[in-house]
This record gives sequence, C-alpha cells and structure tokens, in this order.
Amino acid sequence: MKRYFSPAIAIAVGLLVLAGYFFENSSVALIRQTFVQWAVFLAAGAIIVGVLNLFLVHLYKIIRKDKERVYSLFLLTALLFTLVYGFMNKPSDLVMVNIFNAVILPVEASLMAVMAVTLLYAAIRLLRHRPNSMSVIFLVTAVIVMLGTAPLPFYQLPLFADTIRPFIITVLATSAARGILIGVALGTLLTGLRVLIGAERPYGGK
Amino acid sequence: MSLTALAGIILVAFSTVLLLGLFLLKDRVKASFRDIPAFTNFKKSIGTAVEQGTRVHFSLGAADVTRERTTASFIGLSTLRQITEQTAASDHPPITSSGNAALAVLSQDNLQTAYHAVGMDEQYHPSSGRVTGLTPFSYAAGTLSMIADESVSSSLLVGGFGVEIGLLTEAVERQDAFTLSAADSLPAQALVYASAKEPLIGEELYAMGAYLNTGRTHLVSLYVQDVLRWLIVLILLGGAAMKLLAGVV
Repeated sequence: MKRYFSPAIAIAVGLLVLAGYFFENSSVALIRQTFVQWAVFLAAGAIIVGVLNLFLVHLYKIIRKDKERVYSLFLLTALLFTLVYGFMNKPSDLVMVNIFNAVILPVEASLMAVMAVTLLYAAIRLLRHRPNSMSVIFLVTAVIVMLGTAPLPFYQLPLFADTIRPFIITVLATSAARGILIGVALGTLLTGLRVLIGAERPYGGK
Repeated sequence: MSLTALAGIILVAFSTVLLLGLFLLKDRVKASFRDIPAFTNFKKSIGTAVEQGTRVHFSLGAADVTRERTTASFIGLSTLRQITEQTAASDHPPITSSGNAALAVLSQDNLQTAYHAVGMDEQYHPSSGRVTGLTPFSYAAGTLSMIADESVSSSLLVGGFGVEIGLLTEAVERQDAFTLSAADSLPAQALVYASAKEPLIGEELYAMGAYLNTGRTHLVSLYVQDVLRWLIVLILLGGAAMKLLAGVV
C-alpha cells in the first residue's frame, strides 16, 4: 500500500505547490503557502529525530569503548547540559548567549580559518593532481584576482586593482558563472520533474 | 499572470512532455556519453571497497529539504540506494552523513529500501544514516571524524554544500581514499575543483544517475537537459543578434 500511497501524496502535493508558484493571486497560492508551512513544521520535527540520532550514535560509541569515545562523552555532556539549561531558561539567557558567542561562533570561525589554509595547500597540490592547462588558468586567475584584491603595504599594483581584476570579475567570471548556473538550474528542474512524475523517490520505497 | 510565470509554465510543460515522450520511446533512445573519468573511477572504487572490506561513505550536504537546493542531495540519495544494493553483502555496508535532520531521515529510508530490495534487511542499521551536525561547519567537523574512524575507502560528496566541502575533500585525501565531489553552489565548486581529485562541475552532477545506470528516467532526463541547453543557447544568440540589429537599424 505504501508503494502507491507515498508517491501519490508526493505527486499531488508537488503539483499543487508548483501551481501555487505560478498562479500567485489564486486560492492555489494559499494552499501552496499552507503546504510549505507544514513542510517547515515537519522539518523542525525532524530535527528532534536528528538530535536523537546524533545522541544514540555517540552513546553507542561510548558503550562500544571506541578509541575516540572521550570526544563522544564530551559531546553528550555538552548536548545534555545545553538541552536541559535551554529548556529551563529562555534562549536570551546570558549563559545561553555566551555559549553561542564564546563557543559555537569561535569554533566555526576557526574552522573557516583552517579552510583558508586547506585551500592554499590544495592550490599548491593542484598541479600535481591535474597537470593540465585548465589548472594553470585556474591558479593564474586566482593569483591575479588576489593581487588586485589584497591591500599591499606600500602601493597598489598598477592595472591589477582597477583594470584586470574588474574585467575578470565582471566579464569572464560572471559569464562562466551564468553558464554553470544555467546548467545547474536545468538539472534542478529535471530532478524536480522526475520527483513530480514519481520516477525519482527520495522518500524511499520502490 | 506575470510574463515570468508564463515562461515558467511553458518551460515546465515543454520539459514534462519531452521527458515523458522520450521515456515512452523506450529503447529507441540510445545512450551515448562523453567520457567523464570521475564516474569510471568511482565505479572502480566501489569494486575495490567491496573486495577490501572497506566502507563507502556518502555525504549529502546540509541543504534544507524545504529549499530548491536539496535537489542536489536527491541525486546523492538515488545513487546511495543503487550503490547500497550493489554493496549490501559487503562486510562494511555504506554509511551516510547529513547536515540536515530531514535529509538524514531520507537517507535512512533509502538505505532500508535498498537492503529490503536485495533481501538483506538484517544488514540495515539506523546508525548508518547519521546527522553529524546541524550547521554547515559543525556538520563538516562531525563528518571529518566519521571519515577518519570508519575505514572509508571511497567517498561520494554530493549535495547542497557550501565552502565547508573543502574540509571534507581534504580529509578524504588525507585518508588516501577515493573521492567524487559535486556541489550545486559556485564557491563550493571552485573549492572542489582545487581540492578534489575527481570533481564534477556544473550540470555534471545531474548526469550522475545516467552515468551510473541508476534508472532509465535519468538517461532520458539527461537528453532533455541537453535539448533545453541548446534551446537556451539559441535563444541567447537570437536575443543578442536582435539587439545588435536593433542598434544597427
């Protein structure tokens, strides 16, 4: 029964949402809005399932006495503390705000910094992985754009900041980006259509 | 109705007719692909993973399922199902990581369906489909440890990623594992191009199903995508020519 029931619901709701997108000032648009709100609500509900999944995976690691179980223990302790404290107090509570500003924010910023180093390392390795003309163009373009963007201590390099970099950004990069984005948009459209005709079933079931 | 909406309806209707029409033509539509080494190498890496008893890891990104960006993750999900069916008998079945809870639920559902399809329901474990973090960078941080700890020899990073994909490709490279990376956003694609051995750029991501034989609709869909691309090229050239002529006359 599920085999037919799930695709039927997905196709019907998908068609209504799509119709609501095109006919903005109609009752279908209101139905679309309601369905999207339901989807947001369900996605929020899924977060509880997701957190439970995260909890169980790390609990299992501790029970199994995995090599890295100390990190799992730390994660579970922090999770339970913030969960209980968050339920007992408002999100605007000073401790909650500090947890966000002094822990989560700096950790994510540090990961971003690590990313910058990683990217530099990847750029150095690029010619070893793929020694071809496209890699050379990629690296040369990156260097030219950086030379035109980065503030230099004594003087600005002539031509780079005012002519070459703007030309690359506004003409070459923008036209290439549009080409890539048109391809991505067509792929997105066709994937959506496959879901609408029931040929693609990301929700499981054969 | 606005002109944009009308154009949208025409595009959707035309694509649907073309998709269904080509699908009904069955075997008259023959497959002819240009060579993309990433897909050939990915197939080889799956074989190696089964032989060596190592894992295949799927990373589905952190895109919200209520947004259009999640279609990239849908490609990852359909590939996940197909590869799981192929590798179900392996000692270490595939694992998935997601940065969105709803996406993790979908990955679990697809894993379960795949095991059921090959009659190996007992191989399914809910912890195979994991949420590793709920913000892009926490997701990346959680996935890094997963790649390092779970004897992963092949990683498929396909979905709605941002710049955090750079950390993941780097982690896979450090493990000396195979990685096939594709993302829908431009910054992520630039990072993937620089850091991954086998990157997919632009619409190559959406050709994955056709190249990996996920289903006939994927092949037909690729044909429709090509037809639409040529139509857009013609429209752009026609528009440019008309504008040029209007300037001259």
